[in-house]
Amino acid sequence: MKAPKSIKDLPRSDEPLAHIVNADQPPLPKPYGNGAELPEIAPLKAGTADKVVVLDDTVALNIPVPKNKEEEDALVQKFLSGLRKCLTAENNWTFLQPFLLSLEHCAKCQTCSDACHIYEESGKNPLYRPTYRSEIFRRIYFKYVKGGSTFTHGDIDLNWKTVARLIELAYRCNLCRRCAQTCPIGVDNALMAREIRKIASQEMGIQSKECHDNGSMLQLKVGSSTGMNALVVKDNIEFIVEDMTEKTGLDCSIPWDKEGAEILLMHNAGEIMAWPENVAAFAAIFNAAGVSWTLSSEHAAYDSINYGTWYDDVQFARTAILHAKAAAKLKVKKIVFGECGHAHKALTVIADKVLTGDLNVPREAAMPVLRDIVMSGKLKLDPSRNDFPVTLHDPCNYVRLMGVVMPQREVMKKVTPPGRFREMEPHGVHNYCCGGGSGFAIMSGHNFGDWRHHLSGRKKLRQVLEAFKNEPMDKEHPKYICAPCSNCKGQLRDIINYYDAWEKHGIGYGGLVELIVNAMADAKPGFIDWEWH
Amino acid sequence: MDLVPYVAAYIAIGIFVVAVVARFLMWRKLPMHVRWELYPVAHDKRAAYGGSYLEETNWWTKPRERSLSGEVKAMSAEILFLVALKEHNPKMWSRSFPFHFGLYLVIAATCLMLGGGLLAAISPSLMAGGFGKLIQYAVIGCGVGGLGLGLLGALGLLERRLTDPELKDFTSPADLFNLVFFVIAFGTALASFALVDRDFGRAMFFAHNLVTFKMAALPGEGMQLYLPVASVVLLGALCAYIPLTHMSHFVGKFFAYHAIRWNDEPNLKGGHEEKAIHALLGQPVSWAASHIKGDGKKNWVDVATEDLRK
Ligand code: SF4
Ligand code: SF4
Repeated sequence: MKAPKSIKDLPRSDEPLAHIVNADQPPLPKPYGNGAELPEIAPLKAGTADKVVVLDDTVALNIPVPKNKEEEDALVQKFLSGLRKCLTAENNWTFLQPFLLSLEHCAKCQTCSDACHIYEESGKNPLYRPTYRSEIFRRIYFKYVKGGSTFTHGDIDLNWKTVARLIELAYRCNLCRRCAQTCPIGVDNALMAREIRKIASQEMGIQSKECHDNGSMLQLKVGSSTGMNALVVKDNIEFIVEDMTEKTGLDCSIPWDKEGAEILLMHNAGEIMAWPENVAAFAAIFNAAGVSWTLSSEHAAYDSINYGTWYDDVQFARTAILHAKAAAKLKVKKIVFGECGHAHKALTVIADKVLTGDLNVPREAAMPVLRDIVMSGKLKLDPSRNDFPVTLHDPCNYVRLMGVVMPQREVMKKVTPPGRFREMEPHGVHNYCCGGGSGFAIMSGHNFGDWRHHLSGRKKLRQVLEAFKNEPMDKEHPKYICAPCSNCKGQLRDIINYYDAWEKHGIGYGGLVELIVNAMADAKPGFIDWEWH
Repeated sequence: MDLVPYVAAYIAIGIFVVAVVARFLMWRKLPMHVRWELYPVAHDKRAAYGGSYLEETNWWTKPRERSLSGEVKAMSAEILFLVALKEHNPKMWSRSFPFHFGLYLVIAATCLMLGGGLLAAISPSLMAGGFGKLIQYAVIGCGVGGLGLGLLGALGLLERRLTDPELKDFTSPADLFNLVFFVIAFGTALASFALVDRDFGRAMFFAHNLVTFKMAALPGEGMQLYLPVASVVLLGALCAYIPLTHMSHFVGKFFAYHAIRWNDEPNLKGGHEEKAIHALLGQPVSWAASHIKGDGKKNWVDVATEDLRK
């Protein structure tokens, strides 16, 4: 295994710091085994390192290699300037206290390392320890900003490589906060990674293109990161309604801009493009239950995503305000999110201390709403229609970070026949990230997708294989991963394709609402179409 | 010489109190931050599985039941037994637990001695009788147990920091110095017990004088005197040193749990937090990236409501 020997290698080494091959990684459970037959991470194109900063086997950000000393110094100075702003109440009131606590108080016990799926799946490569980036960041803070002694806080060289690689390394973390759960002091290495991303974005203009230019900026300019404006969305929805009404025989109509509705439903617009059945399933369920609901065609309100959540407080606040404004304008009673984890957390929890007055429209998670509908008896359900093994993925954003754990399980009990549902281990608030968290699910420049499938997403695949270990592993026996989150679904789709898990082993995936509609006795049978993806 | 242990103890206590209060206030005066809780949240009635009030529809219309006992239970298990470390890093726990528990016992012994000294001043007959003996036994138990456990723990932690490659790279010279400081201070106090003060009589005499401001000379000469004095000075120095270093994490931990991990307090419409939020949003922004162009004049409301469609 190629791995850094010390945190001090980051500023010093001229080579990429890590290289992972299958043989370094813990073998996958059956039917995959030791990995000999699996592909390796594809190498970066020749010459990549001459143009952009390379940290390890992949590149997330395309930070240009500085051309001269002035550019090198500018990179360092901008980072320090951003760090200083991050320490002020004006510029960073949003996270100042949690950030300072994590900066000041790590006991360097490494308890958090074993909680991290990326570190584990890398074969415990030190570069991917939750503390590797945090400790470098901390030492920069103490030595170069606070003027503390290196005897007390440890030493680190600060040059352009430290800065560029540290920023790149902040994009090797899913921000899932599983490590933070285990820290005996309460230090949050996910937050440390996010603060590095923040400095990079808000001060230096360094972002992942997928999250920023094609993500939050596109949403703020056009209305959706998919590039769809309101007209195009409405068109697509019309098509979905037509198609799915015919397929299910249910009322899949979708109301737009209904003033005074009980619920403003906000979907991740990616669903409309990639998983239209999910959008239709919500409509079928809400209509069958007699819910008063609507979508909004206001600017950005037909796309619940808020990519600023992962890297930029300003982009975050801009998007959250647009979402809240649309709800206020329609005078709805509450906002409910479709199956999108980060959208839940963004507007329900984080934006809670941003929205006031009329913008403070109550927000609630989809799972309790669905649970109440399913439990109310308003839907006629036939669980035998879901007669296949099902496991449940817990999206970090609304499980570990919002405590929404049981409603989806109560629904699951109602829509699957006895014995068909099995938990992953661990599950609930101790779940593992799907591997697509913090923007990874939409990032695939260079060979980043390969890196995701080998490192960040592999633990989830392991959990899935273990959950289905007593089932026949072929396509004739389909097995369903219920992943009620768009990003998680995107990541699962990619990893299933990469490991050929559907074709070879019959592992498919989908959301929760699809399982509900598939069990609705009034619907034409066979709503879940295994060849969908 | 007579005054040295007293002066050292008063200074140490003074520095400790001032430094801890200052740290506490420093953390407290930081502005409100966005919610960043992490489940399980101990005061939620669903804490056993990590659930929250957000599992209910229309949660803002329902009373939120907070269980103080849940918080106290979780916090005391964490403080006394370091349960997170035990669960996630048993190797470290086997060293860290005796170290911390030893420290707690030493603190308990100190409090008992000071309390006993005060009681003796108020009611000499009470402390002269059976109750006084009981206190003395408790002091001996806590003192010896605490110093022994603490010493063992500190040596264990030192061994791990020096030999485990996982920890070595992250260990600063001060981390080693701190542990050595503990070893020396606790080792000296243990030696004082073993060689000079087996019934903690001198220690209690000293504590009594300390709380009554008598500052009478400690009995004995040579090692009989120097060892107890050295113990007081070293333990005092340690007591003053701890809150000046990252070992003050006990203060930070309080905020990490109460203000962040477990802070699930919602900002309800028209509630008391809205005013504070308005003030925060009125602050100037100076982030320089081109999509923000913070000039130090635009505030958060300005940048967050900018229409990028233009
Ligand atoms: S973040 Fe917490 S668990 Fe990790 S090394 Fe620091 S103190 Fe230990
Ligand atoms: S937040 Fe998740 S991905 Fe990031 S270091 Fe912690 S456990 Fe690993």
